Amino acid sequence: MSTPVDLPRMDRRKAIQWMLSTAATVAARDTGLHAAESTTTAPPLAKGYGPDPSMVKVYQPGDVWPLTLSEPQRRAAHALCDVIIPADASSPSASSVGVPDFIDEWISSPYPAQATDRRIVLEGLKWIDDEASRRFKKVFAELTDEQQTAICDDLCHPAKTKPEHKAAAAFFKRYRDLTAGGYYTTAEGMKAIGYVGNVASATFDGPPLEALKHVGLA
Amino acid sequence: MPVITSNTLKDTYDVIIVGSGAGGGQTAYTLTMEGVKVLMLEAGRSFDPATEVAMFQLPSHAPLRGVSTPDKQYGFHDCSINSGWNIPGEPYTNASPEPEHQFRWWRQRMMGGRTNHWGRISLRNGPYDFKPRTRFGAGFDWPIGYEDVAPYYDKVEMLVGVFGTNEGLENSPDSSPGVLQPAPKLRVGELYAQKHGQKVGAKIVPIHRAVLTKPQDADTLPAKLHPKNAKAQRILAEHMRMRAPCFWATDCHRGCAIRANYDSQTVHLRPALATENLDILPNAMAREVTIDKQGKATGVTFIDKTNGQERHAAGRVVVLAASSQESVRLLLNSKSALFPHGLANSSGKVGKYITDSVSSSVGAHIPAFENMPVHNEDGAGGPHAYVPWTLHDQNRNGELGFPGGYHLEFTTGRQMPSLTVVNGIDRLAGDGGVLYGKRLKEDARRFYGCNLGFGAQGTMLPNDGTYCELDPTLKDQWGIPVLRFHWKWTDFDLNQVRHQQKFITELLQAAGGKVSPKTEADIFKTMKPGGSVIHEVGGAIMGEDRETSVTNQWSQTWDVKNLFLADGAPFASTADKNPTLTIMALAWRMADHLMDELKKGNL
Repeated sequence: MSTPVDLPRMDRRKAIQWMLSTAATVAARDTGLHAAESTTTAPPLAKGYGPDPSMVKVYQPGDVWPLTLSEPQRRAAHALCDVIIPADASSPSASSVGVPDFIDEWISSPYPAQATDRRIVLEGLKWIDDEASRRFKKVFAELTDEQQTAICDDLCHPAKTKPEHKAAAAFFKRYRDLTAGGYYTTAEGMKAIGYVGNVASATFDGPPLEALKHVGLA
Repeated sequence: MPVITSNTLKDTYDVIIVGSGAGGGQTAYTLTMEGVKVLMLEAGRSFDPATEVAMFQLPSHAPLRGVSTPDKQYGFHDCSINSGWNIPGEPYTNASPEPEHQFRWWRQRMMGGRTNHWGRISLRNGPYDFKPRTRFGAGFDWPIGYEDVAPYYDKVEMLVGVFGTNEGLENSPDSSPGVLQPAPKLRVGELYAQKHGQKVGAKIVPIHRAVLTKPQDADTLPAKLHPKNAKAQRILAEHMRMRAPCFWATDCHRGCAIRANYDSQTVHLRPALATENLDILPNAMAREVTIDKQGKATGVTFIDKTNGQERHAAGRVVVLAASSQESVRLLLNSKSALFPHGLANSSGKVGKYITDSVSSSVGAHIPAFENMPVHNEDGAGGPHAYVPWTLHDQNRNGELGFPGGYHLEFTTGRQMPSLTVVNGIDRLAGDGGVLYGKRLKEDARRFYGCNLGFGAQGTMLPNDGTYCELDPTLKDQWGIPVLRFHWKWTDFDLNQVRHQQKFITELLQAAGGKVSPKTEADIFKTMKPGGSVIHEVGGAIMGEDRETSVTNQWSQTWDVKNLFLADGAPFASTADKNPTLTIMALAWRMADHLMDELKKGNL
């Protein structure tokens, strides 16, 4: 993946931070992996968790196989997650509950079902930064909410999508599905969608009266 | 778990059981509680549901949000390890490349077998299910009737703990009074379907599942199950008191550390071990049943998977409970001068007449459920209700074009979200776009839990085109020849699936759902492939005579009198009921007969 040519100049301090964090991340993830290869869309060579993993352990992205995204890619991934699921008065944003890390874990998976998504997401994140630079002279993460929405609105109506945006629209749909799925499978996301189970209780009392009334059963 | 290694095998045992699932567990329990010395061989590793199952973990605590992968084929937290449709080093083959002739074979290589992860649906076969030829002029009559098995259904239900109600339904038998645990209250979707399903004649009643909804009666049940056996009563009472009732959370497929639901280890193997009459040897992959010159079984040769060495265990009696097709494979691989075509196969019927449930499903969005007041619908970790088969008159009149029937199982409720929880949301929102932002969050909440779906599981009578044999060339990683499957659906099965699709569609429409019925051209795509329901049984069917069947009514092989089967292999057909409860009832009945014969000196 090439760097967008028309990126705004970043300040020196930020550039050093990025370089350091990227280098540290790559070193920690897989010393055998060249930095250049970490951004290709070839399937990862890592191993899966095997047929007999500990089921009771709590896993974090990166625990079982190395992650992929470079720091600029991560910034785009974070920003797009939060356009798709922003914070509101009652629930947090997708990035604040770790959804970009999940997407990184997903596209870094060694299993075949995720291989197609790896290409779609990596090419899509590049496209969205390129498109942001073309239109607004900044990377996607640095755009205003309105500018980000303007790009996404061009992608979210398959019937109205311009021919040159077809691939980007397919990326947007898939990225939306991963973001929403990733979000609603966290504790915070479950609360946001209205799931209140997974707690032990002495009795199961059946539906409350207001639920029965809602569907005409009481 | 006090398990042994191949170096601490005793010289001989009364009975060797291959497999630790429902059938093997029940057999070991019945025998050891009565003082019989038993060795159990299990191909998988030891596994402890008390410490190894993930009950409360969220999908976000698992890699890839817990979705299925080649390593964990029912998802990360599903209580299956070293198990799957495809297991590295343990292949099987299909004779035909055509999709409708494919058989899929799930294997569970762990202590407790498939009982670790099943849905615990425990329906009795009815009188008609044992006599399909008499009733429908097709298939084979079992050599036993419902009345032969009924006392054992009662005993198994009391032992494992099954909730449900007695509804007095034709061919879906009641349990004896006092046997069933109380059924849990129904959820909104189940009640809603119960009301609106009446318009199309769907009767919706509490389902029967092997989950404790209250503590077991440890003061009275042990004496009913083990009269005149003080030791067995004491051990069982102690183990019943260790089990907690359901705490109304978590998916039963993940296993149950509090022992509220049945699995083989919790209910069968722990009391059996407490008798000190049971040795369990894990990591033992059975290769062959050995016989002497008189044609009696002498034991089992197995591969010790910890070191790759071949060993032999000796016993007076051998019971195969490896799962129906794995037991068939063992028989076919046990060749000798006396049995050149496989053990107990003088009839040529070993491997024949495999059946699975005939199954398809339909789902719909129910607009009435939108914006439901938030409430907890976890319940007993699985369905609380089902739609039993009631169209017996139409069947009698020959109006349906297929024998037997099917029951429907629910998908409904505000279940724990998975990665696919918003699938289809764009279609529901209706403007053809891809929702995102504030609107996505609002609509996700509005539409969550609004699905209602039914999966049908129905009768499959045996046919000549569905069988397995040894693959002529392929062997597994231990050099043991593998199975090759042949699968054929009959017109009965196809007609049944058409009926399932039409009836479920009508039922969902009666509940206000919008359904796009699948087209006739897609009938083979609509139905689940052979083996997919994991209800495969048969392959060593029981019958009235040695020419047409492999075992007698006691699951005892005609050819080798000290060789018995305790899994689904002796089933003469698949009922419209899930097979596990019947496997346990038949295993208990078989074990009682086995002990009688041992006492008489006949084995």
